[in-house]
Order: sequence, then structure tokens, then C-alpha cells
Amino acid sequence: MLNFVVCRVFESAVVVLIVSFVIYCLIGFMPGDPIDLMIASNPELTSEDSSRLKKLYGLDQPLVSRYWNWAQSALYGDFGYSRVYAQPVMDILWPRMGNTVLLMGLSLFFALAIAIPIGIFAAIRPNTKTDYLINLLCFAGISIPPFWLALLVIIFFSVTLSWFPAGGMETVGKGDLWDRISYMVLPLIVLTLHTAGGLTRFMRANMRQTLRQDYIRTARAKGANTYKVTLNHAFRNSMLPIITMIGISLGGVFSGALITETMFSWLGVGKTIFDAILGNDFNLALVGLLFATLMTLTGSFIADICQIAMDPRVSFASQDEK
Amino acid sequence: MRPDQKSANKIASLLLFFCLMWNMPAYPKDTLVIGVTQFPNNFNPLINSMMAKSYILAFARKRMTLYDENWNLVCVLCDMLPSIQNGMAVFGKKSYGNDGVSVTFRLDKRAVWGDGTPITTKDVLFTWKVGKHKLTGVSDYEIFRRISNIEILDSHSFIMHLDQQTCDFANLDNFQLLPAHIEAKNFSIPAEYRNRSAYETETTNPGLWFGPYVVNKVVPGSHVIFEQNKFWWGRKPHFKRITVLAIENTASITANLLAGGIDMIAGEIGLTIDQALAFQQRYGERFEFLYKPSLIYEHIDFNFDNPILKDRRVRQALLYSVDRNAISSQLFKGHQPVAHSNINPLDASYNQDVKKYAFNPQKARKLLDEAGWSTNKDGLRYNHKGEALRFELMTTSGDKTRELIQQVLQSQWRHVGVGVRIKNQPPRVYFGNTINQRRFKSLAMYAWLSAPNSLPRSQLHSAMIPSKTNGWSGQNFPGFTDPRMDKMLDEAEKKCEQPAQRKLRKRLQQLYAEELPALPLYFRATSHIIPKWLNGIEPTGHQYSTANWVEHWGVKE
Repeated sequence: MLNFVVCRVFESAVVVLIVSFVIYCLIGFMPGDPIDLMIASNPELTSEDSSRLKKLYGLDQPLVSRYWNWAQSALYGDFGYSRVYAQPVMDILWPRMGNTVLLMGLSLFFALAIAIPIGIFAAIRPNTKTDYLINLLCFAGISIPPFWLALLVIIFFSVTLSWFPAGGMETVGKGDLWDRISYMVLPLIVLTLHTAGGLTRFMRANMRQTLRQDYIRTARAKGANTYKVTLNHAFRNSMLPIITMIGISLGGVFSGALITETMFSWLGVGKTIFDAILGNDFNLALVGLLFATLMTLTGSFIADICQIAMDPRVSFASQDEK
Repeated sequence: MRPDQKSANKIASLLLFFCLMWNMPAYPKDTLVIGVTQFPNNFNPLINSMMAKSYILAFARKRMTLYDENWNLVCVLCDMLPSIQNGMAVFGKKSYGNDGVSVTFRLDKRAVWGDGTPITTKDVLFTWKVGKHKLTGVSDYEIFRRISNIEILDSHSFIMHLDQQTCDFANLDNFQLLPAHIEAKNFSIPAEYRNRSAYETETTNPGLWFGPYVVNKVVPGSHVIFEQNKFWWGRKPHFKRITVLAIENTASITANLLAGGIDMIAGEIGLTIDQALAFQQRYGERFEFLYKPSLIYEHIDFNFDNPILKDRRVRQALLYSVDRNAISSQLFKGHQPVAHSNINPLDASYNQDVKKYAFNPQKARKLLDEAGWSTNKDGLRYNHKGEALRFELMTTSGDKTRELIQQVLQSQWRHVGVGVRIKNQPPRVYFGNTINQRRFKSLAMYAWLSAPNSLPRSQLHSAMIPSKTNGWSGQNFPGFTDPRMDKMLDEAEKKCEQPAQRKLRKRLQQLYAEELPALPLYFRATSHIIPKWLNGIEPTGHQYSTANWVEHWGVKE
């Protein structure tokens, strides 16, 4: 087990290092430096101003040396200041990360709560009217663009019915628990519906495949009823790919949902990373993206552990061999 | 009436009452929630300039001088606008030989910071110290570069010595005062000032502000709450609290307006005119819509490196063949007036006698024939060498209005035999590389934002053509060179006496309209969507937002 953990930590460190360099270079190679844009739009600025500001923000240095300086400071826990917000990067990211984790975590939870039972239900009644209806709703959930779904729910629940606020995170000057929940309902509906469609289809397919296995036929031959066969024998095995999927989705929980956050003015990581990339805010964009990468790696690591725990055929030894 | 019927009526009345209550706004009319589509990156008035910051800070700060709604320069933090006539501005030679001007300013003695500390010349000196320091990161550096010295007369009067003789000596709008009593300690390491400034670390400190309001709460990226400033010395504002809420998505901001989440959408950083017009068509009866043509001058730059465009007749023909009145009336309901030169008709220096190019395709054809583009084949014009009259028209991709205008231009130019290939780029690439390094081949559509009475030296002087050797500075992106224009620009900077100055500016516009360094299209309008109960908002059309006069906002009787 120790070998497995050490190997994974080493692999993750290498991945993070490579990803950080690639992201830094990609942002650096983007055309239109913010200082150049400023120079082009402000008649008062001269070439001396341009070089003064570039020097001030370190933009006159070669990309590799800028990355090296950043990486050295980051190793000591100093992620620097956000150039866009003029605040320490972590001061910007932490509160937003909390908002994102809350929204995305809850939406993933609700999506799973909907997808698992409905997926199982559809799998045990294949090619029936109910199955077709579930499939139809799933495809609708997958294919409706989130921005359009967001607009629909805003117009219906907010403008027409006035049940929930159209956007934001709390009523200014109020902000109690119920108030905050009311602001979360609409983005949660959009994200849950969007995620649940895909997960339900995935769950249904896994369960259908598991139900065709020999050991299920054996269980049925031994006289076990559908309920027992499904929950005791098929469910555990059909969950293995779902666990892997949840593990991989963990990165998404931390990197946010750009469109939904923008539509509902939800202060999350997705929008922050997007703005940071557009504003050439290296520190903020890098830390945000690296954190999402790290979380994806951690999620996949946890998924592997869960798989070992749930599937006796998989062991740390077999993982090491991979 | 039977007793049970009475009870039923009572219940029905109660239900009706609750229904009415449910639909009433959840806040009294002494608070105002404003929706904007941008949030400022930071709050220090000297570092970085952006419209969102300028709008938001105007609730809690005043500038030394600014242009009012009638486009006249007025004193806000000073008690009298310096001029040569009143003796507060004196032209002369500086001790080191340069021509310069010495301007006396007197601060309003009533002015105090939001913590009660008087605003004095100590703050003026500190601001100058911060602004001129190269490590501070001030973006609008010009004013600090021009100041050679500040001579303190007393706690409220000072003489500012500028090392350049220009006519805008009284305009101190970018000299934005900083509170020395709070910020001095944060400036001990100048290179770190932009991060250590109290404007970023303790934004709600009332001592940083001196407008009708002070900042009470900031949620970065989301909203700013302003509360009344108890030390404000001017007219008492009506609203107890103003919240500026950033909602970047336009569909979402209009939904919020309809749902009552916000009361109004700021014109300066709100909807574009086409979005506002579409919204007005559906919900016009619920809100008041104010449109004001602004100093945002939408135009098409000609690249003078292109030999075809060097011919004035071709440039004029291109303008004659565009029906700009139809564009303005059909697309913008006439709210964005046609531009005849680079100067807005609301500007005091506007020359209404400049050459105007009314839609005249016949004249355009004649001019093109004269320019040698007389052979017509497949709807395109050719010269004697067999070269086709075809241009590349660029603009920012994703800007629906500009893309629509491109299509209109393409079609109208096609009618006179001019071919157009549309090539658009994302704004970042377009402004970051293509425009500022003059990489467009022939035509580039975009807008200029200027100030009232500003001299277009940077856009029209031949010394201002961006090149690799000058670090791509200057904004003469067309590469326009005309010694007459250079001479007039040089003179207009120094001849401040009114008849001479006005005459020069009029001639300058005339030359612009004759030579056409760019093809003028229209002046963009700001679209303010406000509730019917709100009054006092006077859109200005220039860079100083309506928020500068927030103390005049109120509720209709």
C-alpha cells in the first residue's frame, strides 16, 4: 500500500509541475498583453509608460524566468498577489472556492440522489414506456445548454412567479440562512438537471450490463427476487464505474461552472479563473487551475481506494502493477 | 349578508392584502440598487483606470475638477477654476528654460475626509509623491509627468508648476487626491504600494472617502454598498444606502431588473443601445429610458500604407456611398447621431460647417472613376493594371452591432463596385496586436473615447504613428501624415485665448472632414434604464458618469 501511495504522490507532483508550466506558457503566449491594451486605449500613455508598467509587473522578463520565480515562491507557500484584484491570491480564491464547492458539491449530491435510483429503475425495466420517458428526460438534461436552461428558470421562477431571486448570493443587508438558500435554488436546479441526465444514463447502462452477468443469473436461479438481486448483487458492482466518475468529477467541483456562475452572478471559482486568464493574471489563474488539477488527481486517488475497498478483485498489488 | 359570507369576505380581503404586499418592492425608496455589467478590479483611484471603477468611486469621491452635464469644466474640490483671465494661471519660462505654466488652486475649506480629517495641501503633496513615483504603477501618468513642482502657500492653497504650456492646465481630473493621514505609512515601500494601499486592504475605512457616500461593504466581484457620509459638506443625498451590484450577463441583468432585484441599470456600464432598445420595445411602459449621445466616436480607420487608400477620392467615395442616416435611424432609432467629424456636436469646439457627406452613390461612382477605378466587371471595379478595388474590413468579433454594420457597409459598397472581405478578431487580439501595431491591411472599425475639449494630437499628429522604434506608442493608427494638421495641433496646444483657439479647432475639423484620416460613422449613445419614480439623473455623454452628481438623485413626489 505504501508503494502505491508514494507512487501516486510522486506522479501527482510531476503532473502538477508539468500542468503549471503549460498553463503559465499558454497564458503568456496569449496575444494582447494588458499593458499593450492599456497603451492602445489611453492617449496619454507613452512608450516609457509601457516599459515602466511592464517592468513593474515583471512582464519584461522572459517567460521561463518568470515561471521559475513563481514556482520558487509557490514552493514556500507564497502564491503572490492577484494583478487584477490587487489582493493575495488565496484571499481571492478561498471564499470563492467555498461558494463553488457548496454549489457544485450540492448539485453533484442531488444529481447522484436523482440519477442512481432512476438509473436503476430504468435498467430493471428496459424498453418500457417508463424507460423511454426517463431516457427522453435524460437526453433533454444533457442537451439543453445550461445558459438557456438558466434563462428559462430565471424567467419562470424569478420574473413570472417571483419565488426566487434572479441572481446574486444574498439580499444586501439581509443574508440569513434562508435568504442564502433562496439564492442557491435556481443555480442548483440548473446544475443538478444538467448533471443528472448524464449520470442517470451512465447508471442505467452500468446496471444493465451488470444484470446480464452470469452471477446475476445464478442468483436468480437460486430463487432471489428482483429486489434482492438488484440491491445485493448488482448494485455494488454497477457502482464501481460511477465511483471513478465521481472521483474525476471532483476537479469540476472545485473549478466551478463558468456559465451558471455568470448567469446567476454566483461568486465562484469558474468565473474568477476565466477573468484571471483574460486579464493575464498569472498568479490567480495558475493557482485556480492547479487547485482544480490537484483535486482531480486527489479525486481519482480516492476513487481508486474506494474501488479497492468495494471490489475484492482489485488490490493495492494490482494497482501497483498498472 | 350572512355571518359566514362576512367571514369569507374578510378572508378574501386579507388574501388580497397579502397578495398586494407580496408584489410590493421589498425595500423602501430610501435605498437604491443599481445594476452594472462590470466590477472594478481595485479601488485605488490612481492605479488602473476603467469605467466601472470611475462610476463606482464617484459615489464616494470627488475630483478636483470635472466637466459638468453641459460639458463645461468646473471646480469641485477647489473654490475657483484657474484661468489666465482671473490671474490664477500664468504662462512663463521655467528656470531650466522650458515653457511652462503656473496654476494656483485653492481647496474648498469645507472639504473633509470621511473620518473628519480636513483635506489639505498635505494630501495634495502626498498624492503628487505617489503619482510621480515610477514604482507606484499609476496608469494615467501624464499629469504627474507634467508637474515640475508644487509650491505650498498655506493649508488650502498651492501653486502647481507645469513644465509644458498647454491650454488644459486647469483640468486636474486625473490628480485624484489620496488621504496622506492613512496612506503615508502604506507608501513606505513604493513598489508594494499598489497591494498595501488601504483602498485594497481596508476599503471600508471612511477616511479614504470624501463624497456624499462612504463605502460600507465590498464583496469583490459582486457588489459595493455605500452609506451616507456624515462628514459630507455638500447637498445631502436622498438615498440612505446605495448598492451597486455587478451582473455581467446582460440577459441576467434585465431579468434582475424585471424581478425587482435591481432598480436601475447604469447607462455607463450597462446595456448596449441595441439591447436597451430591444428591452424598451417589450417593457417600455415599466421603466424610463434615457439615451445620450456620447464622446464614443465609432469610425473606420483607413490604413494609409495601402496605396489605394492614399487617394483622397477613394476615401471620400467610400463615405459618399454609405447611408449613415439610414443606419442611425434603422438600427438605433436615431439615438446614435451620424458623425461628420471626430468632434461631437455637444462639444463647445464643434464646427457645424464641416464638409458633410450625404448619401450619394452617383458622386461616389464619379470619384472612383476619376481615381482610375473605372472598369466594371462582375460588380467590381478595376484599374488599368487590372487590380480589383477590394478591401479587408476588420472589427471586434462578437460585437453584434459592429458585425451588423459591417454587413450593411459591405452591401452598400458593393453597389458602387467596391468589394469587401470581412475579417474579425477577438477584442484582445484586435486591440492588443492588430490595431496598435497597425497590422490591419485597409479598414479597421472601432471607437475612440475622448474628453470634452480634448485635442486629438495622439490620433492625428504624424509624430504619433505607432512603430517598433517608438515602442508602439501613439494612436495615429491610420498612419495619417499632413503637415497642416501637425502645425494646427502644435499651435492649438499653446494658443489658449478663446477666439484663436476656437478658430484653430474649427479649421482642424474642416481639414479632418476634407482629408478623412478615418471614416466617421456615428457617436455611440449611453442607455440608462431607470425606474419611473427616480429623478435627478442627468446623463452626461462624456467620461464623467452620472454618479458624480448622486446627491441630486431623488424620488419623484
